[in-house]
Amino acid sequence: MVWPSRVYWILLAPLPLFLAVTYVMPFLMVAGWSVTDPQPGFAQYGRVLGDPTVLGVLLRTMRIGIVATAVSVTLGYAVAYNWVFGPLWRQRLIEYCVLIPFWISVLIRAFGWLILLRSNGLVNEGLADLGLIDEPLALVRNEFGTIIGMVHFLIPFAVFPIASALRQIDVRILQAASGLGAGRMRIFWQVTLPMAMTGVVGAAIIVFVFALGFFITPAILGGGRSVMVAEFIYLQLFQTVNWGLAAAMSMVLLIFISVLGLGLRKAMRIDKLVGR
Amino acid sequence: MPLPTKSTDRPGLVSAVMAFATVIFLLSPLVAIVPVSFTGERYLSMPNGNWSLRHYEALVTNPVWLNSIKLSLGIAVTSAVIATVLAVLFGLGLWYVRHWLVTAIAAIVFLPMAMPPVVSAIILYFFETRMVDIAPWVAFDSVGGVILAHVVVAVPFSLVTFMVSLNRIDNRIDMAARGLGASLWQSIFWVVLPNAKFGIASAAFFAFILSWEEISVTLFVTSFNVVTLPRQMWNGLRDNVDPAIAAISVVLISLTVMAVLSRDLWCWRRNLRNRAS
Repeated sequence: MVWPSRVYWILLAPLPLFLAVTYVMPFLMVAGWSVTDPQPGFAQYGRVLGDPTVLGVLLRTMRIGIVATAVSVTLGYAVAYNWVFGPLWRQRLIEYCVLIPFWISVLIRAFGWLILLRSNGLVNEGLADLGLIDEPLALVRNEFGTIIGMVHFLIPFAVFPIASALRQIDVRILQAASGLGAGRMRIFWQVTLPMAMTGVVGAAIIVFVFALGFFITPAILGGGRSVMVAEFIYLQLFQTVNWGLAAAMSMVLLIFISVLGLGLRKAMRIDKLVGR
Repeated sequence: MPLPTKSTDRPGLVSAVMAFATVIFLLSPLVAIVPVSFTGERYLSMPNGNWSLRHYEALVTNPVWLNSIKLSLGIAVTSAVIATVLAVLFGLGLWYVRHWLVTAIAAIVFLPMAMPPVVSAIILYFFETRMVDIAPWVAFDSVGGVILAHVVVAVPFSLVTFMVSLNRIDNRIDMAARGLGASLWQSIFWVVLPNAKFGIASAAFFAFILSWEEISVTLFVTSFNVVTLPRQMWNGLRDNVDPAIAAISVVLISLTVMAVLSRDLWCWRRNLRNRAS
């Protein structure tokens, strides 16, 4: 290939130069922090895996991430299935109800859950008025509230890949299965789910990767009691002022997510091989 | 044609109930904010007969809210313009030059989109705290610093949006223009870019929305001086919850609903017109 002529570099140069200075170089230096602050060595990584508090944050992040992913993908599948194969009015309704929350800021959504779930919130007052509870339930400022808020954010990200996988299924296959006497459960387990598997696995990985990096939702709905990795990094920078630990934690998160990302690419590619 | 067995190829009761429950789950926190925004009390509560518009009034009279709205608008417009210019230049470069090295560079450009936001946040925190003495106009807790951070976060999204529309253009129109004697720049400004104007507009709109809503990176690069609207909401949510947050949320939710509906209305009208002609 011919080396691009000089005039094209006027187009090509500005953005990479800008990001090299503002992003790539600082990234390498943050990576450097994790092995130099406060003293050279891998002590901070040792802390990430050895200190029970720090390890607890990692394990909690994984636990919340797995639960939120399982719930989001399950509900997302039901929504996507009705979106693709349901009656027309249902398709429109679902489209609006998935798209509108999708465009609304994470802060507003967490705030809405705070109004619903806090001790004198709508859910607790409703249950008390019905005489179902005497004491308000602890629905927020704990892991439960965090998971509710995260699932709310993540469902659209699960719906889109699953719906695009379901759209590729020929309706006549479902009609054939139905005509041959298969019930809905059998069609789900033996026809639609296997055919949409790439979409489901892709959705699960995307959702899980997002879930691991959540910051705003756990910070508002977790109330400091269910600190996840991102909030932990924020606290290390601004409260404890332990930059090395914050940097090491970021690198651990990044490495873990990169591995998942490679998994995603592999899953997609294997499917292509099988599909041909 | 009547089928001999019960037709099971369409969603049944179980999946419909799950889907509708999920739809209600998705809408409920947004709906719950509406009544709270009309409370007459100073604290977060249901109106209970005491309805009032005082918290909407606070948005335009209380300088804390008004200033943060103006600041966020200014930052969002500026970072959208910068991100779009950078994305359009690089996108055109990618479109003209097909060389493996350019593709390799493109991988770097998409880095801020691929990283978890908190990693971008710590990177920009590091960069902007280093800039305090060297370049205070883009340093930590300055308006320039927030704009820079938002450009970095938004630019890959703008680039993707622009490339989608650019790749739909037949590159022979550029060859035709150049063959008829146009210079590269004449071809870009008079032939290529006018054909991609919707892509440019969407790229700018996307960057604007990303900046307008941005909170996680903003939290890392500001402290007291620069309080954008999301940052102001965040502060309000952490301490005593101010019902004005409910009012601003209702305004933003209404704008989103109108935007989604008007886009559909626009497509619907265009379809009608196409069918008529």
